Amino acid sequence: MRLSRFIPVLAAAVAAVLATGADADAKTFRYATTGDILGLDPHSNNEGPTNTMKGNIYGRLVHRKPDLSLVPDLATDWSRVNPTTWRFNLRAGVKFHNGNTFNADDVVYSFKRQTQESSEMAFALASVEEVRKVGDLAVEIVTKGPDPILLLNMPNFYMVDKEFMEANGAFEVVRGAGKTNFANLNPNGTGPFKIVEWVQDNRVVLAPYDGYWGKADLETNVTEAIFTPIPNNATRVAALLSGEIDLMYPVPLQDVPRLDADPNVKVLQGPELRTIFLGFDHWRDELLDLPGTGKNPFKDVRVRKAFAHAIDTKAIQRVVMRGASTPTGLMVAPGINGFQKDMNTPYAFDPEMSKKLLTEAGYGDGFPLTFDCPNDRYVNDEAICTAVVPMLERVGIKVTLNAQTKSLHFNKIGKTEGNNTSFYMLGWTPGSYDAYNPLQNLMTIDGKGQGAWNSGRYNNARVEELTDMIAVTVDEKKRNDLIREAFKIHYDEVGHIPLHQQALAWGISSKTVDKVWQRPFNDVDLRYVVMK
Amino acid sequence: MLAFIVQRLFQAIIVMFVVGLISFSLFQYVGDPVNNMLGPEGSIEERERLRERLGLNDPVPLQFMHYVGNALQGEFGLSYRMGKPVDELIVERLPATIELVFVSAIIALLVGVPMGVYTGLNRNSWLSRIFLTVSLVGISLPTFVIGILMILIFGVWLGWLPTFGRGGVVDLGGWQTSLLTLQGWSHIIMPAITLALFQLTLIMRLVRAEMLEVLRTDYIKFARARGLRNRAVNYGHALKNTLVPVITIMGLQIGSLLAFSIITETVFAWPGMGLLFLQGIAFVDIPVMSSYLVLMALFFVIINLIVDLLYYAVDPRLRAEHVGGAAH
Repeated sequence: MRLSRFIPVLAAAVAAVLATGADADAKTFRYATTGDILGLDPHSNNEGPTNTMKGNIYGRLVHRKPDLSLVPDLATDWSRVNPTTWRFNLRAGVKFHNGNTFNADDVVYSFKRQTQESSEMAFALASVEEVRKVGDLAVEIVTKGPDPILLLNMPNFYMVDKEFMEANGAFEVVRGAGKTNFANLNPNGTGPFKIVEWVQDNRVVLAPYDGYWGKADLETNVTEAIFTPIPNNATRVAALLSGEIDLMYPVPLQDVPRLDADPNVKVLQGPELRTIFLGFDHWRDELLDLPGTGKNPFKDVRVRKAFAHAIDTKAIQRVVMRGASTPTGLMVAPGINGFQKDMNTPYAFDPEMSKKLLTEAGYGDGFPLTFDCPNDRYVNDEAICTAVVPMLERVGIKVTLNAQTKSLHFNKIGKTEGNNTSFYMLGWTPGSYDAYNPLQNLMTIDGKGQGAWNSGRYNNARVEELTDMIAVTVDEKKRNDLIREAFKIHYDEVGHIPLHQQALAWGISSKTVDKVWQRPFNDVDLRYVVMK
Repeated sequence: MLAFIVQRLFQAIIVMFVVGLISFSLFQYVGDPVNNMLGPEGSIEERERLRERLGLNDPVPLQFMHYVGNALQGEFGLSYRMGKPVDELIVERLPATIELVFVSAIIALLVGVPMGVYTGLNRNSWLSRIFLTVSLVGISLPTFVIGILMILIFGVWLGWLPTFGRGGVVDLGGWQTSLLTLQGWSHIIMPAITLALFQLTLIMRLVRAEMLEVLRTDYIKFARARGLRNRAVNYGHALKNTLVPVITIMGLQIGSLLAFSIITETVFAWPGMGLLFLQGIAFVDIPVMSSYLVLMALFFVIINLIVDLLYYAVDPRLRAEHVGGAAH
């Protein structure tokens, strides 16, 4: 056929064109993940890949390194003046991408912009009363009360240029409906990279910013970075194998051995900060699946314990996750402030004890139960749930699995449908890297802003009390003891069943990439990408 | 003639309205966009505020009225995901999809018709048997499997062609084309073949069946009896008469090429309308989803309208019936 002769000719021509275009010094880094960024306004969206991209372009007062430690970025040093006031000294001579100088006015302006109602990033500054200019290169951050985790939130406080934003009328953070946001398409930060081009759902092209203040200490040698969204798993794997991209994530678990076997590719795996867990209906007097009986078995701690002991987390790790997970007993991952190493043992797998507990509780014959599960949110989420079903059936529970797409799942178990669930799966990464965040969102319910995703409405008076204290206790030792106590209570009465931290899996071309730091929050920070 | 057109247009409007209504009501079941926009970490108050601002708290009929009203003025709203006007997004994506569909339609025609003629003329040759068997594969394998197989062979093993995306794009006064550069063609060739395979098989089999039919007719026998050369008989008389149904089918199939392109675009990360739509679904981006469905319905309606009008022009019998006024 004419066509089959045409293809190799064409391909050879293309290869020739590409070859002449390559420059000896150019180090182009091409990477891909499942979806595109949502926008470039640093204060608009709070979403994984988007935050990663923002981190390349914008500066923060404090930078979080791959090992999660905090180092100076636009602030050179900081100190606590009194329990509610922090002083930050700013770096001199920092320029935005448009050439404007960074100073205290920009910090004050960024604070005002980021704390608008429509900003998703406002959470990071929720405890801040005001940001005061105390000199051209110094600010004071005043908190509403003593805030022990202010510094942990500082890497989420993005600096924009006051003059630039004002000149373009871009103070307001616009989201969703209304009008298009200027800042979302026109970034101007102090970060090491600047945007050359963003073609939505196609590519984001970045180039190093020559005026970057920390250029001398920068690890990366990338001269151009191209980010491409490739939604299909197989295509993404193929693009890596064919050498068209240098890095991609996530690697589908079933492809890990295959990629590892390829000499030109290696797989980088590490634990993620997200904890996957199961939750119970703690609050209804009558379980949704037991209408007319007036009973909710989950109100009995023995039943919850029976569930915890019926689930074989090691088998899930071995079979479903193919080893790419870390079974856990806590609601927070290692690396999160407040993680308790000695308390991280998963509930022992013991179906006999589980049956005994159920019999004691008066459910020796089991009961019917609907299990709500997402099927496109976490790594192998539906497969995990499918594995849990027979484990529970073994001890007599008649489980109906209801696995559905994430938006429907979150509707059902969330506030939209009034926590319409009896038993569910959810995953959580604390945005502040601190234990207070899951305590506030998952394990308490009575205070303002508490229990946003406490879908089973777990409620323990002492945990509530402890959480309120943790929010304002500055002394690290004392605070840690309070966290320990809260976690201990939650563990002993099986508030939730933590399953595991899923593993990150990145596929890297070993021919072109020399070194890349994998941060546990699953993002590619270009600062740490070194090409061969 | 005018009455016919008016009648067709009226039907088209009804179809469009029904599609709009159905697609709009479907979206009440796809989930809450607010969950995706704010993420699970968003607070309760933030959610309420966003729902109010997006008009999601209005009753459904009122939301639909707003939607139709705006759509009539060419306003499709702002994408929840990207905060850009939907019509702008569609204009950006449309060239990619149209070019893909165009190239695959050409491939399907240029390859399918000769193959159909060959298999019709040489029914028992071994090459015909190969064509027919291979074409069976083309029909029975799903598009995404074919696409991934092609990526594996030409992208990964042989390394001849890029495995994803669209490249070598040139701006022609607002129309982003990738058909003017070699690099652009290297990107489009695999998705276009993948998308064309099904239509190609269809056309080949259709042409073959029509050829077999036509070759048995009396006028072909007469032509041969007159001593015309095979070439003149086969191409001048037979092929010409087989092409009418092929053109009709192809016209209608362009609609399904547009629809099938969703899968092909996902497999090849081709930045067209289908990919926009699928990502819209994943994000519950209601303005994008409804606009896409309405636009696709519009394409189908327009293509059908044109085909109907073509029939009217081509087939004298259709006209004759109306001349009598009360013919039926």
